[in-house]
Amino acid sequence: MLITNIEYIPNREIIEHFGIVSGSTVRAKHVGRDMMAGFKNIFGGELKGYTELLTESREEAMDRMIAQAQSLGANAILNVRFSTSSVAAGASELYVYGTAVVIR
Amino acid sequence: MIFEISIFLILLLIGYISGTLIEKRHYKSIREREEELKALPTTTHKRPLYEEDIKSCKLVNGSVVISIDYFKKFLASLINFFGGNISSYETLIDRARREAILRLKEDAKDASEIINLRIETSSITKNTKNSVGAVEVLAFGTAIYR
Repeated sequence: MLITNIEYIPNREIIEHFGIVSGSTVRAKHVGRDMMAGFKNIFGGELKGYTELLTESREEAMDRMIAQAQSLGANAILNVRFSTSSVAAGASELYVYGTAVVIR
Repeated sequence: MIFEISIFLILLLIGYISGTLIEKRHYKSIREREEELKALPTTTHKRPLYEEDIKSCKLVNGSVVISIDYFKKFLASLINFFGGNISSYETLIDRARREAILRLKEDAKDASEIINLRIETSSITKNTKNSVGAVEVLAFGTAIYR
């Protein structure tokens, strides 16, 4: 599965479009991490726990998007975008979307 | 009352010292790594420089969450009252963006260029009670391999 955020794939030809495919996850951190983050808020610096958590959930959202594209029979996803929003206190939603195509 | 004020002052002092130290160290490492990765061209163009002999392309990303310290938070709330530039937040976001781009480049070290770079910033803990002041920056782009 080829994934890019440009509108085409160099030297390849798009032969079929399947429209939008997307994946999302909503994740909350556990209490320990929240407390550690509050603690870190006094000192400043990177919140490694949050970075890891967001990377993991973004990967999961990507996996869901890829699964959807595969079920349509696509072999590439073009023009992928990410968006993050906080839906509730302590939880954030990660959303990935793109266009599924068949390339040759 | 005196107890509360002294706790507040101690937190301010701790925040100031550790925040300044961490920021200095972080900027030093950012500058060193930027120097190291200067050879990899990163652009916001939608097309590669030339399209011959491209072997493959791949989505790459880098992200970071950086927290503010107690002293800066207090300073920002003071400036918020009078109005003006909140420079302590500016450096925070600048650090986060440059770090995210560096992580993206480190993810694609053997690429010949990175195109269509996009940067997204979000504050992940905006609506929480006793909120943690932190920003998340995600940089993503397409790595071109030749």
